[in-house]
Amino acid sequence: MESCNCIEPQWPADELLMKYQYISDFFIALAYFSIPLELIYFVKKSAVFPYRWVLVQFGAFIVLCGATHLINLWTFTMHSRTVAVVMTTAKVLTAVVSCATALMLVHIIPDLLSVKTRELFLKNKAAELDREMGLIRTQEETGRHVRMLTHEIRSTLDRHTILKTTLVELGRTLGLEECALWMPTRTGLELQLSYTLRQQNPVGYTVPIHLPVINQVFSSSRAVKISPNCPVARLRPLSGKYVPGEVVAVRVPLLHLSNFQINDWPELSTKRYALMVLMLPSDSARQWHGHQLELVEVVADQVAVALSHAAILEESMRARDLLMDQNVALDLARREAETAIRARNDFLAVMNHEMRTPMHAIIALSSLLQETELTPEQRLMVETILKSSNLLATLINDVLDVSRLEDGSLQLDLGIFNLCAVFREVLNLIKPIASVKKLHVSLNLAPDLPEYAIGDEKRLMQTILNVVGNAVKFTKEGSISITAFVAKSESLRDSRAPEFFPVPSDNHFYLRVQVKDSGSGISTQDIPKLFTKFAQTQSTATRNSGGSGLGLAICKRFVNLMEGHIWIESEGLGKGCTAIFTVKLGIPERLNESKLPLMPKVSSNHGQTSFSGLKVLVMDENGVSRMVTKGLLVHLGFEVTMVSSSDECLHVVSHEHKVVLMDVCVPGMDGYEIAVQIHEKFTKSHERPLIVALTGNTDKVTKENCMRVGMDGVILKPVSLDKMRSVLSDLLEHRFFRGHIEMKNIGD
Amino acid sequence: MDIVSQLQRQFIDYSASLHHEGFVDDQFTQLQKLQDENSPDFVVEVASLFFEDCEKLINNMARALEQQQGVDFKQVDASVHQLKGSSSSIGAVRVKNVCISFRSFCEAQNREGCLRCLQQVTHEYSLLKNKLQTLFRLEQQLLAAGGSIK
Repeated sequence: MESCNCIEPQWPADELLMKYQYISDFFIALAYFSIPLELIYFVKKSAVFPYRWVLVQFGAFIVLCGATHLINLWTFTMHSRTVAVVMTTAKVLTAVVSCATALMLVHIIPDLLSVKTRELFLKNKAAELDREMGLIRTQEETGRHVRMLTHEIRSTLDRHTILKTTLVELGRTLGLEECALWMPTRTGLELQLSYTLRQQNPVGYTVPIHLPVINQVFSSSRAVKISPNCPVARLRPLSGKYVPGEVVAVRVPLLHLSNFQINDWPELSTKRYALMVLMLPSDSARQWHGHQLELVEVVADQVAVALSHAAILEESMRARDLLMDQNVALDLARREAETAIRARNDFLAVMNHEMRTPMHAIIALSSLLQETELTPEQRLMVETILKSSNLLATLINDVLDVSRLEDGSLQLDLGIFNLCAVFREVLNLIKPIASVKKLHVSLNLAPDLPEYAIGDEKRLMQTILNVVGNAVKFTKEGSISITAFVAKSESLRDSRAPEFFPVPSDNHFYLRVQVKDSGSGISTQDIPKLFTKFAQTQSTATRNSGGSGLGLAICKRFVNLMEGHIWIESEGLGKGCTAIFTVKLGIPERLNESKLPLMPKVSSNHGQTSFSGLKVLVMDENGVSRMVTKGLLVHLGFEVTMVSSSDECLHVVSHEHKVVLMDVCVPGMDGYEIAVQIHEKFTKSHERPLIVALTGNTDKVTKENCMRVGMDGVILKPVSLDKMRSVLSDLLEHRFFRGHIEMKNIGD
Repeated sequence: MDIVSQLQRQFIDYSASLHHEGFVDDQFTQLQKLQDENSPDFVVEVASLFFEDCEKLINNMARALEQQQGVDFKQVDASVHQLKGSSSSIGAVRVKNVCISFRSFCEAQNREGCLRCLQQVTHEYSLLKNKLQTLFRLEQQLLAAGGSIK
């Protein structure tokens, strides 16, 4: 029962309780007021709190509770009815709000819980992503390592550097304790420790190649984990106390180098491998991971490629050095050869003149001496002198001829000559000697042999003379017969000359000459040596005959120049021999027989060939030369037109002009060009005027240029009347034979 | 007639002396041979042409060599070549020989040498001109007196 509220009781001992209640209520009220304030403060600070109105509700609830407890303070003592009313109101409001809050929380709390769940889920996800990220990073690092390793390995082409770099980089990347490379030995039966990471100079440990563990590694292209106790992995004394680190081995394919000489091991496969062994540090509890094994495999492949490149480079460098040495040696040899040739040419050039001059003097004076009054002994002596010097002169000429022939500088002097006359001349020369030896010489010329031919008369005569001379020389008794005829195609092919395929044509024919003698003959084994220089058969019969042994060699050269073939047949010693040769000669076109000169080379005096009325064109820039040339030609009876420039020349030239004489040594004006243009202007060869060059140069280049542009003749300035006359008459008469005489070098 | 033979003797001697002294060579003789009834003044004509040519060429060369800045050796060489050709056509041996050494100086682009050669050429040319003019005068006299040079 409650005492009357109007009475203010004393503070007895049981009022202590009331006092405590009073204080608690006060503090509760305080707390209840401050909590919402705090909440509001922090919510205002945070941005994400989603349920603000809940907070308001909650705040209201607390405030009202606080208010209630505050008002309660007044009810401990006597209080008025107003206080009671306020208290009641507060309590009612508090009740309403708290019920509302309670009801609302039922909706809110599950939501809040699910937020929590999501948060947990996200955290898990984050952790998973972290893990994956770690993995990717590791892989990327591995990739970077591979690239870096590859770069290091491939940045050099030196074998040792490559291998050392590989080991060093691998050791660094993977944190290896030891890394080693075993290379196969030369025999291929063992693996030898070639490179290691930590040990500086690996002593030559070898391991037989056919261990099962090694086979296992070699048979797979992947990195294989092997036992640390196997011989290839036991490289160092165990430094750790407990457990050696894991070991992995991988094969490295090697290029099949050609200098491995393994020819007695049939089972050896063509692929050769080296072995790379990698050891993790002992006592580290580390393990080989998949990505590290992949790294090792990739590196092994790269090393293989780099090694093959290095090997190829070594080979090519060696080859290049070899070539350079050879080049140097060849260069030296060439220079020596050139010096030798030059020395020889110089010698020949000097000797040519120096030797011939005294020889001529000797011969000339001896022959003169012969004409004077001599006693018989003196006559004999002079004859011997003459004979010896003639022989010497011939020898000198032969040697010089041969050298010129070898140089290739000898060219045939083509011209028209009387074929039959050549043979008759040879006969005349040989008859005296033959009659002394009482040999009978007969000449047989086939009736179809042309009377005139185009070729090198002098050298043909030399050849025939040499062959016939040999026949006479080596025949002690009996007869010599010379036959000459035109070779037909069936008879041209000789079994002894199978590589000789003559092709007769309209402009050429093949002259075949056979000289048969009944002399000492030649044994079959000596026949091939006959045409070699300086080689003589050793039989005593020939020893006394003298001669240099060059004759036949020279003949062979001449015959070859004339596109022919020469050979000797003999049935043996004592049975005589036959010398046969064929040469190609040109056939002169004969349009007008009466114009053919009988002996065109003998004299240039044709008498006054009539040039009257023939038109010629003279082109010369120099006024004086022009006038002089004109004077010459006018004197000879030509009708002369003069031009002073190439354009004028081309403008004026016509088919009426028989000859065009042009000065070609004027610089700046190309006489050669004009010749070419004249050729182009007159396509029919009989309409074209003859082109003759006037030049002061006698060198080969000028002549070659003239020949090249198709000039018909060259005259050396200054020209004499006789020279001009002979040249022009020759040219005009031989006009029909222009196709065969390419160039008449006149006035040399 | 006495005068004719005298004049003839003089002419022949003078001609021979020209040859001996090396002023002219065989080529000149050839030219003389070409002179006949159809071309009675052949040699004189050729000689005058030669003298004209010479003077022109020598002037060209002198002008070219006088250039202080950069002598055009190619031009000089061309003129020398012409001169050489002309002199060898007429048989003026001495002039031709000077031309030959002149050309080598031109190739070496040696101005001093060229000037020296030019002097020599001018000298030789004037000598020759005098000699030939004397010869032609003798010839005229001989022809006027009724003789012939053959």
